[in-house]
Amino acid sequence: MEKLFMTGNEAIAEAAVRAGCRYYFGYPITPQNEIPEYMVKRLPEVGGVFLQAESEIASIFMVYGAAGSGARVMTSSASPGISLKQEGISYIAAAELPCVIVNMMRGGPGLGGIQPSQSDYFQATKGGGHGDYHLFVLAPATVQEAADLCLEAFDIADRYRNPVMILGDGVLGQMMEPVSFQDRRPAADLPEKTWALTGTKGRAANVVKTLNLDPSVLEKHNLKLQEKYKRMAKEEVRVECYQVDDAEIVIAAYGTVARIAKTAIQALREKGIKAGLVRPITLYPFPYKTFADIAPKVRKILTVEMSLGQMVEDVRLAVGDKTEVCFFGRCGGIVPGYEEIVVEVEKLTAKVAR
Amino acid sequence: MSESKTQKKPKRARIAIDEHFCKGCGLCVDNCPQHIISISGTVATSGYYPAQCPDPENKCTGCTLCARICPDVAIEVFKAKKVDGGAH
Amino acid sequence: MNTEAQEMERIFERPRALRSATTHYCPGCGHGITHRLVAEVIDELGIRETIVGVAPVGCSVLMYNYFDIDMFEASHGRAPAIATGFKRARPDLPVFTYQGDGDLAAIGIAETIHAAARGEKFTTIFINNATYGMTGGQMAPTTLVGQKTATSPTGRNCETAGYPIKVCEMLATLDAPSYIARVSVSSAKHVLKAKQAISKAFQLQLKGFPYTFVEVLSPCPTDWHMTPQEAVEWLEENMFPQYPLGEVKAPKEGV
Ligand SMILES: Cc1ncc(C[n+]2csc(CCOP(=O)(O)OP(=O)(O)O)c2C)c(N)n1
Ligand code: SF4
Ligand code: SF4
Ligand code: SF4
Repeated sequence: MEKLFMTGNEAIAEAAVRAGCRYYFGYPITPQNEIPEYMVKRLPEVGGVFLQAESEIASIFMVYGAAGSGARVMTSSASPGISLKQEGISYIAAAELPCVIVNMMRGGPGLGGIQPSQSDYFQATKGGGHGDYHLFVLAPATVQEAADLCLEAFDIADRYRNPVMILGDGVLGQMMEPVSFQDRRPAADLPEKTWALTGTKGRAANVVKTLNLDPSVLEKHNLKLQEKYKRMAKEEVRVECYQVDDAEIVIAAYGTVARIAKTAIQALREKGIKAGLVRPITLYPFPYKTFADIAPKVRKILTVEMSLGQMVEDVRLAVGDKTEVCFFGRCGGIVPGYEEIVVEVEKLTAKVAR
Repeated sequence: MSESKTQKKPKRARIAIDEHFCKGCGLCVDNCPQHIISISGTVATSGYYPAQCPDPENKCTGCTLCARICPDVAIEVFKAKKVDGGAH
Repeated sequence: MNTEAQEMERIFERPRALRSATTHYCPGCGHGITHRLVAEVIDELGIRETIVGVAPVGCSVLMYNYFDIDMFEASHGRAPAIATGFKRARPDLPVFTYQGDGDLAAIGIAETIHAAARGEKFTTIFINNATYGMTGGQMAPTTLVGQKTATSPTGRNCETAGYPIKVCEMLATLDAPSYIARVSVSSAKHVLKAKQAISKAFQLQLKGFPYTFVEVLSPCPTDWHMTPQEAVEWLEENMFPQYPLGEVKAPKEGV
């Protein structure tokens, strides 16, 4: 397969096009501008449409409109912009419209900074907007994985009629790595989009809506959504376990931090400390079972994030009191060095030894 | 009026008001140039006092203005098919 | 003289694009009239099976229960963005948004202006009833100076609440829109003109003209605390001077 040298942002954009995405709506924000800048050139080549919207609110509702036609559609942004999109994301989840949303996280809160961060984990995995809903959240750690997951994201969105978020950060978005694209067609078993708006010709009218004034109907709709989330949890959890078999301490990390953790683990093993990594690839559905299974076998789990402790809550939820869950995080756009992680692990293992 | 009987024209047009849809807003009453629509004193199953148009003097011209102002699409308008102009 | 035997033909009936359903609108509400006009135009242009509408959030949020066409329900104010996304994906289908004045001129003014500025090829039907109907008659961007509403109980004070927005005139400053008109549904005579404008807007869209917009001055008897008769009188007396009727912008060549 041909190897191309691309940034994570570009790889995601190219993968989207190869997945059949023909419509992109977005609003400029660092550190994801390479996505719209790639799409504006690439989409017309395949008969698609790129449109720079007047805001993230408008762009997410343009996604709502295009997705309602049954087309494959994407938007991308970074933290403050994703906050603005939350209204539309809630409506898209409620209306069960498939689409892909990319968040290349930067430091917050507020305008925050433009350097990489993982502080939108709660927002991405717990809802973000109003109502009982979830996005399907994918967290790639390499440019190649970003491309692969983006190719799959559109199928997942169609299969579950659910918005899929690709959650990265500025490091992943702007790092250049070799990448090859699988020749991939949409899965053959995806449900037909009989709900799409195409004009009523030959059938009863379709409506894409989210209002259910009757509480019993709205509850039923919510329960249906929950069923879907349970199905995702059963069928779609993805997680990487790296050197966990003999590990006495396991690092829990995703995305960019997981890469750094792997370097730390090598250094730790050279020092004789048996460390491993559990890397959730789907943040929602979260790999609770993997953590639950590993917990009794390890002395401690150290969750490392570029935030002040968000995913760690899910790790604790998974593990209960089966083992101690510790946390180390940097934030504000500071990417932890592998040496810092080594030091943290050494502190924890020293305590273990005593 | 005794005159009306002699001047009574053949029915050129009529309207049908569907009491199921009529909300008794009275806009048709105000917009009928012939002033032949009124609000009934009997409440309909809809809970509203519907409009009525008995038109005993056959004044309705079929101008459709009542139907065009009706917010509830309660009015249908019928017009005599053009034959030989109804001349004697 | 046999009058009743004269054979009658139906010359006015419910348009096909409207379902045979009782609306939830109050007696004398302009939404009902405007719905019917849009439906009549859809029928006359033969586009019922191809058109896609976008319902707003406001009193007309449930309009998809009345129109027998494919429809989106938007979130408050975002109908133009939804219509943009859809029309970009399906440029072959006619598309319209139907929006109230809170929806369009307050929360959704950005989406409206930018859809208009881009010359998106859909039609917007804008119901100006000078109030927020659905939420109980609060002040809207179109509320007249001095007009009493639930949130301007002593009348809109321009010192603190500013002046009403003339949406047609504002949009007409943009280059892209091809058709901008203001009509009224306060009397049968005005209803006839309103329909002409709505028809023209849709016909222009079908011909590929960019952004077409019809503002409809529309009575809200309930939140104006008036009878339907008083409401149409008040509308003509007070809204006509503030919101002059007519085509504000139209293509050089007619339809
Ligand atoms: C984000 C959001 N804010 C507020 C509301 C509440 N809300 C519903 S309808 C409406 C105003 C509707 O007024 P208008 O657009 O003028 O339409 P009308 O009801 O008069 O036809 C408001 C404020 C909402 N549904 N969503
Ligand atoms: S205009 Fe329509 S709803 Fe109103 S009174 Fe007349 S028939 Fe009834
Ligand atoms: S059709 Fe014209 S004349 Fe006849 S009832 Fe209606 S408004 Fe009056
Ligand atoms: S509140 Fe006003 S706009 Fe809403 S249905 Fe009633 S009359 Fe119409």
